[in-house]
Amino acid sequence: MKLSHEEVKHIALLARLGLSEGEVEKFGLQLSDILDNFEILKQADTSNLQPTTQSIALQNVLRSDEADVSYPAEDILANAPQRDNNYFKVRAVLE
Amino acid sequence: MNDLYRLTVSQAHHLLKEREISSVELTKANLRRLAEVEDKVHACVTIDENTAIRQAEEADKAISDGEIKPLMGIPALIKDNMCTKGLRTTCSSKMLENFIPPYNATVIEKLMANKAVVLGKTNMDEFAMGSSTENSAFYPTRNPWNLDCVPGGSSGGSCVSVAADETIYALGSDTGGSIRQPAGFCGVVGLKPTYGRVSRFGLVAFASSLDQIGPVTKSVADCALVMNSIAGHDPKDSTSVPYPVPDYTRALVSDIKNMRIGVPQEYFVEGMQEDVRLNVQAAISKLEELGAKIDWDVSLPHTKYALAAYYILAPSEASANLARYDGVKYGFSYQDTSNMWEAMEKTRQFGFGTEVKRRIMLGTYALSAGYYDAYYLKAQKVRTLIRQEFDHAFEKYDALVTPTSPTVAFKIGEKADDPMQMYLSDVCTLPINIAGVPAISIPAGFANGLPVGMQIIGKPFAEETILNIAFAYEQAVDWHKKKSPV
Repeated sequence: MKLSHEEVKHIALLARLGLSEGEVEKFGLQLSDILDNFEILKQADTSNLQPTTQSIALQNVLRSDEADVSYPAEDILANAPQRDNNYFKVRAVLE
Repeated sequence: MNDLYRLTVSQAHHLLKEREISSVELTKANLRRLAEVEDKVHACVTIDENTAIRQAEEADKAISDGEIKPLMGIPALIKDNMCTKGLRTTCSSKMLENFIPPYNATVIEKLMANKAVVLGKTNMDEFAMGSSTENSAFYPTRNPWNLDCVPGGSSGGSCVSVAADETIYALGSDTGGSIRQPAGFCGVVGLKPTYGRVSRFGLVAFASSLDQIGPVTKSVADCALVMNSIAGHDPKDSTSVPYPVPDYTRALVSDIKNMRIGVPQEYFVEGMQEDVRLNVQAAISKLEELGAKIDWDVSLPHTKYALAAYYILAPSEASANLARYDGVKYGFSYQDTSNMWEAMEKTRQFGFGTEVKRRIMLGTYALSAGYYDAYYLKAQKVRTLIRQEFDHAFEKYDALVTPTSPTVAFKIGEKADDPMQMYLSDVCTLPINIAGVPAISIPAGFANGLPVGMQIIGKPFAEETILNIAFAYEQAVDWHKKKSPV
């Protein structure tokens, strides 16, 4: 299977991942090669099998809903690229 | 003693307990060793001498007050994807180059409760995606046995730092072989515990259903000691299991008589180096000499699907986990635009390296409308097949033994432009993550002057069994005592 440049750009858009023209070309070829290698899975008979999402038997792990001390706002905001007082500063979402 | 840095955890613990050495002496010896060899191997991203010395002083004070714990006062290096409060945690990515975590990973909290000494953070493939540590955004790490070769990856920095005696032990993480494959390439001991055995809280997520933290050490006894301190349930990680933690050192009895060990043929793959095959077969014969019952002809036919299933599952989970890097809350942020979407796309374009982008693309594709059933769901069902196959094998065998990787360490640059060839170097390790079972890599000889690793795979939560087999083998040989030339 050969991925077209349009398909590569569509996937990049879904992932909000900017790509250079060179990367579009390179990933198109490499992803096609990798996807070809996945064809082997078609040989596996999985007709009566449930999917495994994780390998341990734990289910519905709950904890008691009790208030606890959280991290200070200053600690959490310390890594913010842009902030305004106690807020993360973001660009306009609606234009 | 001038070469304190060469000590194992067990030896260092003994000398500290008897007060023959102090933690400050030991820590300074390792820091000096680090300064001496780091220019050659580039195993580390960040070294924090001042904090390390302060922690060593605190450990010395505790010891002089009569308190002693197994890892107390002993220097460690930590893979740079585990959050260390106040100490930058980069994942060897430009995206997190300046990220300073506001909290510690649970494993770090456990080390701190032991009054361990953290020297700093080790280099890795960016976001743990890779098998050679060439994907670090900063610099490649070099194999101390041959500086032109890769150390394996993604925990290449942790394994090199132990092999080159920069540290007494290290922590790594393993999603598809990222502890075991570099441990094999560097001639050290590396354990991937059962999924759920060690808390993942504070481990920067790559593929959440596969990731697990484990020890990198100079001996099997050290591996058991470190496991004693890092294993256990954590309310902050809902996938960690609430089972009691055994004393793993008590499992090291060295008696493996009548132990049933299977050798799955599918792991002796096409393209495997002949010297690697011979070394691992000789190591298995040694286990037979020690009294184990070896079945040389086990077949796990679904192994052939593991690579494809893994490279759908892991990138799919990664594409979701790495969606958080949007340049808003922390990390690299592209500023030169007023458009929100452009800022996000450029942040990710310039913040992530090539392999990370490749896997985000692969995962996004596998999860996208129209392909989800054919790729992701199919891979999850194949995961069930592989798990069942291991379950059946473990009805007959106490453990399975394989090579850790089909080859010894390869040259830097050799596979950099061929992702499929690079992915194949994990072909023996990634089925284990898919099944969620534990496995250890231990030194099992040399080929062309480079270490060969043997992998021992166990039942879920049977770390004790594989540690004991590894220990029995280690007692009978002396590969682990050989030192790299750096």
